[in-house]
Amino acid sequence: MSFLYKIAPHLESLQGELIKCMQQTFQMLFISGTIAFVLGLILGVLLIVTKKDGLMQNQVVYKFLDKAIDIVRSIPFIILMVLLIPISRAIVGTGSGVTGSYVALIAGTVPFFARQIETVLSDVDYGIIEASEAMGFGPTEIIFSVYLKESIPGITRVTMITFVSLIGITAIAGAIGAGGLGDFAIRYGHQMGYRDMIWVTVAIILLIITVIQWIGNTIIRKTIH
Amino acid sequence: MISLEKVSKTFQAGGGAIHAVEEVSLRIGAGEIFGIIGFSGAGKSTLVRCINLLERPTGGKVIIDGIDLMGLPEVRLREERRKIGMIFQHFNLLRSRNVYQNIAFPLRKSKLSNAQKHEKIVSLLELVGLSDKKDAYPSQLSGGQKQRVAIARALANDPKVLLCDEATSALDPQTTKSILNLLKKVNKELGITIVLITHEMAVVKDICDRVAIMELGRVVEEGETANVFSHPKEKLTRDFMDTASNINKIYELLEEEHELTQIKNGEKLVLLTYSGGNAGESVISHLAQEYHVEANIIFGNVDILKDKPIGKLVVILSGEAENMQKALQYIQDRKVELEVIKG
Repeated sequence: MSFLYKIAPHLESLQGELIKCMQQTFQMLFISGTIAFVLGLILGVLLIVTKKDGLMQNQVVYKFLDKAIDIVRSIPFIILMVLLIPISRAIVGTGSGVTGSYVALIAGTVPFFARQIETVLSDVDYGIIEASEAMGFGPTEIIFSVYLKESIPGITRVTMITFVSLIGITAIAGAIGAGGLGDFAIRYGHQMGYRDMIWVTVAIILLIITVIQWIGNTIIRKTIH
Repeated sequence: MISLEKVSKTFQAGGGAIHAVEEVSLRIGAGEIFGIIGFSGAGKSTLVRCINLLERPTGGKVIIDGIDLMGLPEVRLREERRKIGMIFQHFNLLRSRNVYQNIAFPLRKSKLSNAQKHEKIVSLLELVGLSDKKDAYPSQLSGGQKQRVAIARALANDPKVLLCDEATSALDPQTTKSILNLLKKVNKELGITIVLITHEMAVVKDICDRVAIMELGRVVEEGETANVFSHPKEKLTRDFMDTASNINKIYELLEEEHELTQIKNGEKLVLLTYSGGNAGESVISHLAQEYHVEANIIFGNVDILKDKPIGKLVVILSGEAENMQKALQYIQDRKVELEVIKG
């Protein structure tokens, strides 16, 4: 510890605050990440199956999702956050703090993730889908046992990419009141001018990303044949 | 077993309609190996998909084992599909599953107990000769091995029909041979009706009992393989026949005015086509003995069509004009087809 205090002198007085902020970041990542993963996966699957010549071709649903995703994706996150404050109040009861950030974080992540899932799933050879239909499987079984099962390595890859971008937007969310490492870095590193705290934040975030990537790469290595 | 009645499939594309299959009617008997041959774009892939309704026909009826598939609700159709196995040109195996799991995949819906399923998979692995590869993933297999897995997978639910969509087109000739032998075995030992589409004459020649020739969405000729190809009525059939034999070479030689094809006055260059063992040779020896007409063989080819030999001989006949006339008559009487190419 004393070595750390030597290279980052403000850590001694701020470590309590830093740990609190880390917890907030983890909370944002975990809760909005999990929800965004599920929603993005559902939307990505919907995009693939409702597409022209898809399993459950439906032009209306496809066009609606396609446009909605493009629109939400094109709004810069910092504006999206402010825009969604009333919706956040309606859903989780507040538009600020960690709880108030979930809606915006999910809305900022899902469209990006759904698009990537769509790309990954479209890599599944249509012949395999056709073969499964010929074996007498229905759409639900094909979605779970073929599309998703065959795409585990690809899904893992885009989940890692999306996770990194989620970390990015949690930091932005932090800067406008959600707390977390972004907030910490702005308050102490920028406003108080403690450069060492900026480095500490960067190191922590790099560590999180490294761990996540290691987990992701392990999954990919184990599932790619 | 399979009865297609005036099946049509029209695709709408960019304002225009494409008639991929037009009013095709076929009857395929139980236990038969039926071939559908055509060049690419003939509509044969669409036709085979109409049999299990992977492509829903826009007109006509598909009746399999007495059941009108087009009248079935989706859930019942899926049950019927389980009785129709299908294999593909590009195998379409699941990459995330190993050989054993690929064969187990279609059994998910089966009512068999786990032990029975296991037994089934083991016996299928043995049938296709891949017992030692059960833990391998598709990426570790050769094309022929992948197709064997696909065949085992297609047979898992004990189908009555096996549809083969260009199943050997991505394989080398040696592997094609071994896959065809496996299909023959499946047909013989399990009594499964096989419908096979291909553009390779060699495939049809080897295993099909009956064959239909397709062009522009229609069946132009149909019948027993040996009959169809020994007495082709359509030019297309002839073209296919020629892709498998080297007899076309004679036309090239003629064009080049090769010395082999040069004939003297009074001589004739003829093409004899005959079915059955040594009919050709005996005719030729008879010509010499009875009519004193010399037959000089310059080119010959014998094809085996589903166990029946089809022979083609290009010969130069020489002799006196009167004898020649009689000889030509004799040849035709012996049911040997005669085409005078030159002279």
